[in-house]
Amino acid sequence: MIRILKYSFFDLMRSRWTLVYCAFYALLTLALFTLNADISKVIITLMNVILTLVPLIALIFGVIFYYNSREFIELLLSQPIRRSEIFIGQYLGVALSLSLSLLIGVGVPFLFYGIFMSEEIFNYLTLLLVGVILSMIFAGIGFLIALKFQNKIKGFGLAIFIWLFLAVIYDGILLLLLAIFSDYPLEKLAISVSMFNPIDLSRILILLKLDVSALMGYTGAVFQKFLGSTMGMTIAIGVLFIWVLIPLLSIRQLSLKKDF
Amino acid sequence: MISVKKLYKTFGKNQVLKGLDMDFKQSHITAVLGPNSSGKTTLMKSLLGMVIPDSGQILVDDVDIKNNCDYRNKIGYLPQIARFPENLKVIELLDMIRELRQSDASCDTLLDYFELRPFINERLGYLSGGTRQKVNIVQALMFDCPYLLLDEPTVGLDPLSLIRLKDLILKERGKKKTILITSHIMSFVEEMADEVIFILDGKIYFSGHPQKIKKEYGSYTLERAIAKVLSGMPKLGHTNGHSRKDEILVPMIKAEHD
Repeated sequence: MIRILKYSFFDLMRSRWTLVYCAFYALLTLALFTLNADISKVIITLMNVILTLVPLIALIFGVIFYYNSREFIELLLSQPIRRSEIFIGQYLGVALSLSLSLLIGVGVPFLFYGIFMSEEIFNYLTLLLVGVILSMIFAGIGFLIALKFQNKIKGFGLAIFIWLFLAVIYDGILLLLLAIFSDYPLEKLAISVSMFNPIDLSRILILLKLDVSALMGYTGAVFQKFLGSTMGMTIAIGVLFIWVLIPLLSIRQLSLKKDF
Repeated sequence: MISVKKLYKTFGKNQVLKGLDMDFKQSHITAVLGPNSSGKTTLMKSLLGMVIPDSGQILVDDVDIKNNCDYRNKIGYLPQIARFPENLKVIELLDMIRELRQSDASCDTLLDYFELRPFINERLGYLSGGTRQKVNIVQALMFDCPYLLLDEPTVGLDPLSLIRLKDLILKERGKKKTILITSHIMSFVEEMADEVIFILDGKIYFSGHPQKIKKEYGSYTLERAIAKVLSGMPKLGHTNGHSRKDEILVPMIKAEHD
């Protein structure tokens, strides 16, 4: 598996899009620092960008990467290697290169502006951790979609729909539910519903860490109230790790049965 | 030896393989022919474990290939479309496959043979179709495997490279290898193949030596004989002389569903 991972990783790290992605984060972070020297405010702005953009880009990258390497995967399948090794190796290649672009793009400007001197270092690390976890989850979902659908248009369509649903529509539906059933105690429902959306969960995790109640929204506030900050964060991280595993295991299952 | 026994495969509603039975012999070049979507590539892919058959068995050296991946060490495969990761260099691709196979086989002779030396540090995405096909040939043949599966090996090659490929394949046959080729270039098949297996609608329609097929259909070239088969024209010599039992063109359709 390491062998496959190594090659797909180097292949991706040399691709133009990975560089563009990395440069985008670097420029964005630099711009934010120029506009505002307060590190905690930069972190909040970056959080909003990362929560929206990372899932979208990771989904699209996962889908594109699989479609582009279909013939290459056929070549790998003809070698004496297990299927699970091939697909998990390829997936980890995408997930790692995306994570690394994010880490370098966001990380270098922060080093430049003295993150190690700041008290915000742990908030900053939480942000990076969430970025990496989201990259892994959504690159996995993208890869899975492409593996499932031979038709590229269906694949991209579904990927964009999933992003729209989780990043935009989900919150709307949740708000609507809360408004309609505002006479009932909905805290437990709200907590369990947010478990099903990794983007929501990531937002809660960062905001609990930053302790900005003004931005927490309903689910974040419920998390803090019922679980406390520490417990809330532990649960959020735990569920996010389960979210990383779901696409990984599904990729493995699906790849064992598929015809190429 | 590779044995295929009662192979069935359905994609959706489309039954592609309908009980294929065949053996591929050592020191033989077997050409699998058939019109488009007759199941040739599905057969090749089943042999490699890329397509999982609905039923039936494939034995490589008497070992069932189901849920097995080590047997592929014995197979050199030339895929039909040589699209490799664009950002890898030629030499990196070859090194990678060597590493994947955990082999220290050398590709130097083959690289010189196909004059690929000047390209080894080029990225694969920048190569022309013919050069990429040569790289494809090198990666398939460098390991000295006892079985070779070549899917459309002539695509994109210039005349000189084509002759070199033919010589190479004949040399591999001389090393007692089992070679399987699919191609739509009938002159190539006629020149190379010791046996032709013609697949139609997922079944073996006939099999035999190319010369015998030509004789049977009274054609000068294999291409015309195949064209006659496809357009449903009758063969010659139905009644005159030699017994047809040991001849080619024995319809094997009756073998299905038993």
